[in-house]
Amino acid sequence: MVDPTLINALQAKAMGTVDAEIGPRPSDLTVRLSHIDDLLVAAEVLIKQYTMALATLVATDETAMPDGDFKVRYVFEPTTANAPDWFVTLLVSVDAACPEVPSLTTMIPAANWHEREMCDLFGIVPVGHPDPRPLVVHDGWPKGVFPLRKAFDGSQRVPVEPAEEFPHMVTEGEGVFEIPVGPIHAGIIEPGHFRFTSVGETVLLLDARLFYTHRGLEKRMEGISPLDAFCIAERICGVCSVAHGLGYCEALEQIAGVDIPYRARLIRGIALELERLYNHIGDVGNVCAGAAFHYGTATGARLKERLQQMNERIAGNRFLRGIIIPGGVRLDLTSHLLEFISSTLLQTLTDFDSLMDRIEANPSVVERFDDTGILQNQTAMDLAVAGVAARASGVNRDARRDHPHGAFANADSPQLNVMTASAGDAMARVMVRAQEVRESIRLVDEFIRRLKPGPIKIAIADPLPGDRIGISAIESPRGEAVHWLRTDANGRVDRYHLRSPSYHNWPAVALAAETAIVPDFPLVNKSFELCYSCTDR
Amino acid sequence: MLRILINALRTGVVTTRYPDEPSLPPENFRGQPIFSTGKNLPPPEVCPVDALSQHSATGVRQLDLARCVFCGRCAEDQWVGAVTMGRDFELAARRRSDLRIEIMTDDTRIPELQPALNPEADMDQVSSEIRRVLGRSLHLRHLDAGSCNACDWELTALLNPVYDIRRLGIDFVASPRHADGVVITGPITRNLETAVRRTIEAIPDPRIVIAVGACATGGIFGEGYANLGGVDQVHPVDVYIPGCPPRPEAIIYGIMVALGRLDARQLSNQG
Repeated sequence: MVDPTLINALQAKAMGTVDAEIGPRPSDLTVRLSHIDDLLVAAEVLIKQYTMALATLVATDETAMPDGDFKVRYVFEPTTANAPDWFVTLLVSVDAACPEVPSLTTMIPAANWHEREMCDLFGIVPVGHPDPRPLVVHDGWPKGVFPLRKAFDGSQRVPVEPAEEFPHMVTEGEGVFEIPVGPIHAGIIEPGHFRFTSVGETVLLLDARLFYTHRGLEKRMEGISPLDAFCIAERICGVCSVAHGLGYCEALEQIAGVDIPYRARLIRGIALELERLYNHIGDVGNVCAGAAFHYGTATGARLKERLQQMNERIAGNRFLRGIIIPGGVRLDLTSHLLEFISSTLLQTLTDFDSLMDRIEANPSVVERFDDTGILQNQTAMDLAVAGVAARASGVNRDARRDHPHGAFANADSPQLNVMTASAGDAMARVMVRAQEVRESIRLVDEFIRRLKPGPIKIAIADPLPGDRIGISAIESPRGEAVHWLRTDANGRVDRYHLRSPSYHNWPAVALAAETAIVPDFPLVNKSFELCYSCTDR
Repeated sequence: MLRILINALRTGVVTTRYPDEPSLPPENFRGQPIFSTGKNLPPPEVCPVDALSQHSATGVRQLDLARCVFCGRCAEDQWVGAVTMGRDFELAARRRSDLRIEIMTDDTRIPELQPALNPEADMDQVSSEIRRVLGRSLHLRHLDAGSCNACDWELTALLNPVYDIRRLGIDFVASPRHADGVVITGPITRNLETAVRRTIEAIPDPRIVIAVGACATGGIFGEGYANLGGVDQVHPVDVYIPGCPPRPEAIIYGIMVALGRLDARQLSNQG
């Protein structure tokens, strides 16, 4: 139940009125602040008194609705282990004629990119932002054009205007030089630009510029049926297909007001762990590439391939696309397939343990992993870092436990052992991944044992109920992803926003790299293993 | 060290023999949709990515394999039986138009692979030139132009011990200057347009351009404020490889087609 002391604490500090209501989910709280400057004090109460963190920030264009304004929702969540599953949303109205909000970034570093994105896509200016450079739109984007405003037609190309060179963050001084890398990299990797400032091999500063793969997905989904838009949500990111598909479905199912069957939840849970498995095992192999340990790389790739071939046999797609659908799951797991999953995972566990033995017994690898790319616990908290990266820096958070979803939402769900480490270096991230591999294999086994015959989906009527909001948080292989979906009066997608784990983790990679040398950057980067596509959308 | 050698020997050879030996995907695999009846076909609205269309005058339905994401929605519910998801994955084509299939008669399926009477005759000028200059080997540069990373990971998989594409004389190189061609994934985002153009221009002529996946052919996202809507908006494409993403063997097939070492099949409804 919603904590009433929080509302009192907010009311005590605020100058204007504070209207609290339940929502979007029955366990959540939405607080309307009549006075926009109350945002700072209200956020301070949540962060300092209630040790909450920014989960996501969603701006909406409601100029065509009765209020005729923009709205910004700052969604907070608890940061402590075993805290209740709730989100607190601070909601402010922004004057469309002069769209400005006070910036929270100085107090809440995790708000940095959120506010810059809101400024680029909605033209809502975060006043007092310490780094107001454009983020999502790149060179040549015309001034005063905001793609996520409702009046903007997203299906048209926008002319490229002459542009000055992007002002990268750099340092100057004797013996200091800049190393520009990307956006096109030397391997088969996603695009991003990294501007290193270094003295010799020591990295002084790393300015990462992303959003090269910004595809305008959120705009693309607006105005279409949420059931059709699922296909796009599943394609935000290849290696998070299950997690993002599931998060979108859970938000959609809240709006539809349906409760999906027990068996479907278990199959979703199995799919989510299978996705984590092929990611984590492949990632451990790829980190080995950063330390030039080719046996590890080849073994990781081989084990990942075996899992992806299993995925294809289960779901007809190597990324498990098409197994989850709004209302449940599309494909049932036959007893034959379940046996196949169990035997494959048993074999994988043996082979993976052997790989970890070889890594841990190899001093040249361990030396490289130890103390490389350190992310301090306080930094991880300040940036609201998610997933493996956070847990390896001692943050005990996992959305599977903190916001139960998929199979974890069943009453008889097995308990999740959240794996943490304290060192915050590449080694810690590898070890947390390795422990999570074993935990995921155990969980799949637990889920399979709980499977009982029963329905696997429930029909969802189209159109969906109008003017409703759904919110969900899913533990993807890279950490917590927060989905926010709202339908318009006709039950179509009015606004969808995804805050991926990589979105919060990229700034942490830059800080971790600043504790390392330039040649270790690939290792540091791979130990975080973030996606560009779910950050850029 | 010794343990590593023992483990490696114990693992043995895991490499596939495709394309010398055919590959049959698992039963659940969703490859080319097969339309098996002239009536009761799903209407275009069933497809979430506009791969199905209907000619307004004739009523003839068309399936655009380049846009298809093989989700299987057209083969579900009341369309079970009318449409089935086939297991064919060797769908690469040299011409965009070859991927638009008109559904006119029963049993829209791909004919068995048959060698063309005169394979040289139909070959694109660039690839015959490539073949003349480079023989059977091909070094490719990968270019992510805004993909969701699924296609990229499948390209990475081509280098794993199972597919080991180097056994076929094909490799991925770091610099466009070292490349004979480029494999492009993604819809060409606005933010990457310049980088994509410059990278393609940096590849010496003659060069092969291969578009991998539905969005690289203009599917899913199409043209918009953030996307150009496909590789052919910036450069002519030699081979299109449909899929979302195409499985690694489908990409191998497409690259072999680009090299002229395999022939693209005529994707049509003629049995």
